[in-house]
Amino acid sequence: MILTAADFVPVWPEILLLVMVCVILIADLFLRDDQRAGTYLLSLLTLGACAVVTVLTSTGDVTVAMHGMFVDDPMSDTLKVMVYIAVATMLIYSRSYVTARGMFRGEFFTLVLFATLGMMVMISANHFLTLYLGLELLSLSMYALVALQRDSNDATEAAMKYFVLGALASGMLLYGMSMIYGATGSLEITRVAERIASGQANLAILVFGLVFVVSGLAFKFGAVPFHMWVPDVYQGAPTAVALLISTAPKLAAFAFAIRLLVESLGHQSLLVEWQQMLAILAVLSMALGNITAIAQTNIKRMLAYSTISHMGFVLLGLLSGTIDGYGAAMFYVSVYAFVGLGTFGMIMLLSREGFEADRIEDFRGLNRRSPWYAFVMLLLMFSLAGVPPTVGFYAKLAVLQGAMDAGFLGLAIVAVLLSLIGAFYYLRIVRLMYFDEPVDGTPIVAPVGARLLLSLNGLAALVVGIVPGWLMTICQQAMQASL
Amino acid sequence: MSSMPLLTLAIWVPILAGALVLATGSDRNAGLARTIALLGAIAGFVVTLPLAMHFDVAFAGMQFVEASTWIPRYNVNYSLGIDGISLLLILLNSFTTIIVVLAGWRVIEKRVAQYMAAFLVMSGLMNGVFAATDALLFYVFFEATLIPMFLVIGVWGGPNRVYAAVKFFLYTLLGSLLMLIALLYLYRASGGSFAIADWQKLPIAMTAQVMVFLAFLVAFAVKVPMWPVHTWLPDAHVEAPTGGSVVLAAIALKLGGYGFIRFALPIAPDASHALSGFMITLSLIAVVYIGLVALVQTDMKKLIAYSSISHMGFVTLGLFLFDRLGYEGAILQMISHGFISGAMFLCVGVMYDRMHSRQIADYGGVVNTMPIFASFLMLFGMANAGLPGTSGFVGEFMVIMGASKVNFWFAFAAASTLIFGAAYTLWMYKRVIFGAIGNPHVAELKDLEPRETLFLALLAVAVLWMGIHPAPFNAVLEAPVTELLQHLARSKLP
Repeated sequence: MILTAADFVPVWPEILLLVMVCVILIADLFLRDDQRAGTYLLSLLTLGACAVVTVLTSTGDVTVAMHGMFVDDPMSDTLKVMVYIAVATMLIYSRSYVTARGMFRGEFFTLVLFATLGMMVMISANHFLTLYLGLELLSLSMYALVALQRDSNDATEAAMKYFVLGALASGMLLYGMSMIYGATGSLEITRVAERIASGQANLAILVFGLVFVVSGLAFKFGAVPFHMWVPDVYQGAPTAVALLISTAPKLAAFAFAIRLLVESLGHQSLLVEWQQMLAILAVLSMALGNITAIAQTNIKRMLAYSTISHMGFVLLGLLSGTIDGYGAAMFYVSVYAFVGLGTFGMIMLLSREGFEADRIEDFRGLNRRSPWYAFVMLLLMFSLAGVPPTVGFYAKLAVLQGAMDAGFLGLAIVAVLLSLIGAFYYLRIVRLMYFDEPVDGTPIVAPVGARLLLSLNGLAALVVGIVPGWLMTICQQAMQASL
Repeated sequence: MSSMPLLTLAIWVPILAGALVLATGSDRNAGLARTIALLGAIAGFVVTLPLAMHFDVAFAGMQFVEASTWIPRYNVNYSLGIDGISLLLILLNSFTTIIVVLAGWRVIEKRVAQYMAAFLVMSGLMNGVFAATDALLFYVFFEATLIPMFLVIGVWGGPNRVYAAVKFFLYTLLGSLLMLIALLYLYRASGGSFAIADWQKLPIAMTAQVMVFLAFLVAFAVKVPMWPVHTWLPDAHVEAPTGGSVVLAAIALKLGGYGFIRFALPIAPDASHALSGFMITLSLIAVVYIGLVALVQTDMKKLIAYSSISHMGFVTLGLFLFDRLGYEGAILQMISHGFISGAMFLCVGVMYDRMHSRQIADYGGVVNTMPIFASFLMLFGMANAGLPGTSGFVGEFMVIMGASKVNFWFAFAAASTLIFGAAYTLWMYKRVIFGAIGNPHVAELKDLEPRETLFLALLAVAVLWMGIHPAPFNAVLEAPVTELLQHLARSKLP
């Protein structure tokens, strides 16, 4: 096998990130604790450089490289840029949080960047093995990140659960992939699709494999009934890591689903099969996520269930089986990721040394302490609840529209009614912030960068809500050009 | 004038003024916040005046039309336009905002900027609801009004405010989410258009019409509110601060009636005809039964809240008679109810600010200490009871006339409100205002301050003007109502 220079062009962002992670790993060894800001800045710079390279190498077309292992298409470029933004925002939000908890060390940055690399590989995979490698790189970095606070019982427990269940899911995924390999004789996504389309593959084996693949996928999304790890990990992990888990990897998981289900198993004979599976997963996730979230007193746990319900919505977009539906799901997942960033960012803003603002009660009376951040949180909450004019509404609208287009009227009605239940617990946060008096009058301190970005994040939920057209168009065009 | 985007101004001037008020920050700058809010409200009203001046009463279609692309992906447009019905509601809304700002001037002491901003933003959003000719734009404005109202009830409300605010929000959200499904269905059925005008022309099969109608019914019936989904309203009214009650009664409830006129009736005319008996029954139950419920209330605000529901029953009754008098009466009733119920809530507010009680039993003999106030309340009470010469009479009388053409017993049941309305209003008036001074607190009452006299006088003028000379209002409505009637007479079955 000979790789030409052209094979390397689409992979430049990944190569750059890999090189820079190694540089950061080594450079960090020579930095004293008070110089750690250098690592931080270098990490941000790396993400920025990757974004530039990704945009520059983007051709607006589908380019398969590395002998079919790797693909560079508009969807991957868009998602990668979103991942860089999400990860960089996460680093900025969490700076003071991780510093106060003694996690502001080289490992934190290298693990975060390795996780990013894993996501990028997943997003651009054109081969089951590449997909799996990306997933494992992401997962292993995440397990370590969750356990980064060695002395915390909660974090250790969360990491154990995450690791054991994650390994199980990876196993199922691999098993499913092996079945598909058995039926089609190939691991390359485009080839698999060709073989299935030619009708030579054994449908029974394919469906058998599909069940395992969908289960593995559902685990990564955190969809019911494969959601058990989500609340524990969100609650146990340091908030900075929970923030990372709940945002950028969802973008990667979306790409993962598109590559696996749509690009390789998207043939009509299999489409109807996974549509049904996703429909069950989507309804269960929306129902259980929204209903269980009501009973939570820990905001991280509540957000975990909220994530589960939102992933149900993403699955609803995916199962429509149309390009419009995929575009809607992509819009939904990107909106969710950025609103999620802001929400966890708010939790970290209220946290300080020795105090985790992770109870819902901690938001009580925020309007008295800081009207501006209460307003930011209000926008984020209404966005999660899907109330216009915030951006969350358009995400829901797009997905419902996609589902109805594909003839799933009943599912759309169920989704709408369940999101009404969801509105209740988001309202509770608003209620506590605005209607109650604060119990804790400590002024809110955070670095300027985090405050500025958080304000922007909250306002974006409103501004993108007032002019949502461009983001929808980007998602739609990315899907159209890639499939 | 035609080059000015007047409707855009009517929407965004109050919203931007609200943002400006919000920027004054904490209560240290409360005075500044109040001043900016008043100027903003007046500016918001002034920009709607050219709409009235340049309005062409002979033209039935949309006027002052503006259109630009908003979400190209779903063919959603930022398209605005008004007919006579929307014109009246926009003017009512912008006028009410000034009153509300004045009413909250002295009374609201904590978080003044947020309070004023909430009302200004809400005013702009309501104008958006009345001006939108794109269904999704309508929906966005319709839903967005929930957020400021939720905060107004919850932050500045009474002891049970949290319950009332959450109930208000979830009730209305449930209705509007079902409407969203109907909107998406119509979007598909019309081949990818959100323009309300396209939907009104769209032929739809009967079953689908009924489904669409029911989805709209849930959304708008909750807003109006119609019996039996009215239970959120007394809670919301009792707990809301005076300004919140005024806007809720004067404007927010009109969103429901307006929705029927704009969506449910013209989009599903055959279903509307088929279900008119059902709708009339619900309306008459609201008129009669809720009227009786109002009679036994001991809390003044609750009494007016129930009276509000009873009067809004006339609106839905008028809309489903399919008769010219019914429509014009229903629309005039909406406007008149905006003035009267607003005024009644303000009067209760005036008393509450002095006595901190809304219980009828805590009052008695108020006329001895507050004669000017007693005269105002007399006028508004009479208007509420539907006395000829006040605005309350015009709409109700027209609806009753319309009903008598359809069925004598409808008219009979509806007319009973003239008795019940008089009974609960005047009985309350007697217990609160007349008699010997009930207790030492009443003896210490001070009559109206100039500010209070001002806003009550403005409303009194409106109530009398509309009662004595309703012709200009009728003139504006004639063309759109004629068109609506013609439209409804045609079947839309494919």
